Amino acid sequence: MTREVLSVRDMVVTFDEFVALDGVSLSVTEGQSFGIVGESGSGKSTLLRAVAGLNSFESGTLTVSGRRYSGHLRDKDFYRTVQMVFQDPYGSLHPRQTVDRLLLEPLAIHGFTDVDSRIARALDEVGLGTGFRFRYSHQLSGGQRQRVAIARALILEPKILLLDEPTSALDASIQAEILNLLEQARKDRGLTFVMVSHDLGVISHMCERLAVMRKGKVVEIVSVEALENRTFSEDYTRQLLVASEGFRRD
Amino acid sequence: MSPLLTVDDLRVSFPTRTGTVEAVRGVSFTLGKERLGIVGESGSGKSQTGRAIMGLTPSQARISAKTLAFDGIDLLSASARQRRSLRGKRVAMILQDPKYSLNPVMTIGRQIIETLRTHERVLASEGRARALAMLEAVQIRDPERVFDLYPHEVSGGMGQRVMIAMMLICGPELLIADEPTSALDVTVQLDVLAILDKLVAERGMGLIFISHDLRLVSSFCDRVIVMYAGRVVEELPSANLADAKHPYTQGLLNCLPTIGTHRHPLPVLERKPEWAL
Ligand SMILES: Nc1ncnc2c1ncn2[C@@H]1O[C@H](COP(=O)(O)OP(=O)(O)OP(=O)(O)O)[C@@H](O)[C@H]1O
Ligand SMILES: Nc1ncnc2c1ncn2[C@@H]1O[C@H](COP(=O)(O)OP(=O)(O)OP(=O)(O)O)[C@@H](O)[C@H]1O
Ligand SMILES: [Mg+2]
Ligand SMILES: [Mg+2]
Repeated sequence: MTREVLSVRDMVVTFDEFVALDGVSLSVTEGQSFGIVGESGSGKSTLLRAVAGLNSFESGTLTVSGRRYSGHLRDKDFYRTVQMVFQDPYGSLHPRQTVDRLLLEPLAIHGFTDVDSRIARALDEVGLGTGFRFRYSHQLSGGQRQRVAIARALILEPKILLLDEPTSALDASIQAEILNLLEQARKDRGLTFVMVSHDLGVISHMCERLAVMRKGKVVEIVSVEALENRTFSEDYTRQLLVASEGFRRD
Repeated sequence: MSPLLTVDDLRVSFPTRTGTVEAVRGVSFTLGKERLGIVGESGSGKSQTGRAIMGLTPSQARISAKTLAFDGIDLLSASARQRRSLRGKRVAMILQDPKYSLNPVMTIGRQIIETLRTHERVLASEGRARALAMLEAVQIRDPERVFDLYPHEVSGGMGQRVMIAMMLICGPELLIADEPTSALDVTVQLDVLAILDKLVAERGMGLIFISHDLRLVSSFCDRVIVMYAGRVVEELPSANLADAKHPYTQGLLNCLPTIGTHRHPLPVLERKPEWAL
């Protein structure tokens, strides 16, 4: 039987008067990889941030592994279960910190003692040797930074990973390496993914189901097969699919 | 007819504590009123090439070229004043990482107006109207609201479009766009490309489009230059991308996930040391 591990019901997020999320609902089962696509400003990052407690939601419910959460308060346990990788690899890691410090921080907060072996294992898992351990993040390329961000998210052995455009700043060859790395980690650890991307190719490669968002609402939830066979109903989904084929001069 | 831009044997290097980093190692190309794409992996020297043309090379770097000329003006011997007046007015660049290029403590609307004012005398009311019109032109849904937001209050894709609006408001003859659409969803990406396309066609603007997305670049540009480790390893008309000879270019084409193909894991590039020679 498949168990629901993440459920969002009628979630509303506003900034002053502006409604960024307007009654969003979705449900993700254990071990699933769930995609979110949609236009810029449609609320994809806001949704992940609201789940992670980085901005609060006004109404609706959030249930993670059977526990209810509200507002933006999350306990330590929550972050043992849920971790997030951000959209911007340049902004998400402090440039003047070493890789070692970046990985140590979450371990220290959660009171781990076997930090050396965990840091070594985490770096190894994302394909960065221990030679990277004492580098500053401003000395890393975009792809290397994103590996560090993933190592940092995995180091607490979470069950759910929220991924916000993890490869949109990377070239295709490095994107392929990161996507392979994420798939392998998911297989090895039985992780659940919620992944935002504007690239339908990436979402169809990585996910089984996806939500299409527009103007703060989920307009449609479809399986990847339905996307491939074009058996979806929303015109906006079709527009996204056509657009993903590249630029046309008419 | 002489080209709009001539780049011949451009070199940019950075002295660092651990030795010299050669970021650009002899890049040459010419550009007319056309769309030229530059693709290549992270660190291959794409941005530094663009910055050298703009005169935005960091001061500690060493820069040299046999020729670096815009509309007959020798850029390397031009005075700082001459270069400043070219920048923005006749030549503009949309920088990568829009959030870092925007002033965090000034609203979006004011920043666009200030940019306009450094090049033209405009009344406050006209400045506001033109800034709003430009935000609308780059498909920002509610320009009035976004006008009063600070950079941290807009989404990734909105920040990118704000940068584009800022660069286009002065009507440059040469535009260097460094990853201008990497944070945009596909439909908006195409809208922005359509805006750039129109400017090339109607105003006769020259465009250098820097991107890591080979698929997008080839569907949009006339020609594509592929860079690897500071050099141009291949130059192709976009239509003939499938004939790419360099293994890096072929690898780039091969490792994209596409709808309906199922390749797990995706093929990855085996980089050969001799590519960087
Ligand atoms: N702190 C904030 N203050 C005001 N408005 C905000 C804030 N954060 C987000 N918004 C607004 O909420 C909307 C949704 O933003 P969000 O970042 O979720 O979009 P997105 O779908 O992730 O877009 P993108 O694909 O461009 O990253 C945008 O209109 C944005 O301006
Ligand atoms: N201030 C600096 N000091 C030393 N090296 C630098 C400096 N700025 C850039 N470099 C190096 O120059 C090389 C080229 O950088 P550039 O920014 O042009 O790459 P890019 O092709 O634009 O990559 P990306 O796709 O990641 O933006 C890189 O190896 C980079 O590390
Ligand atoms: Mg976002
Ligand atoms: Mg760059």
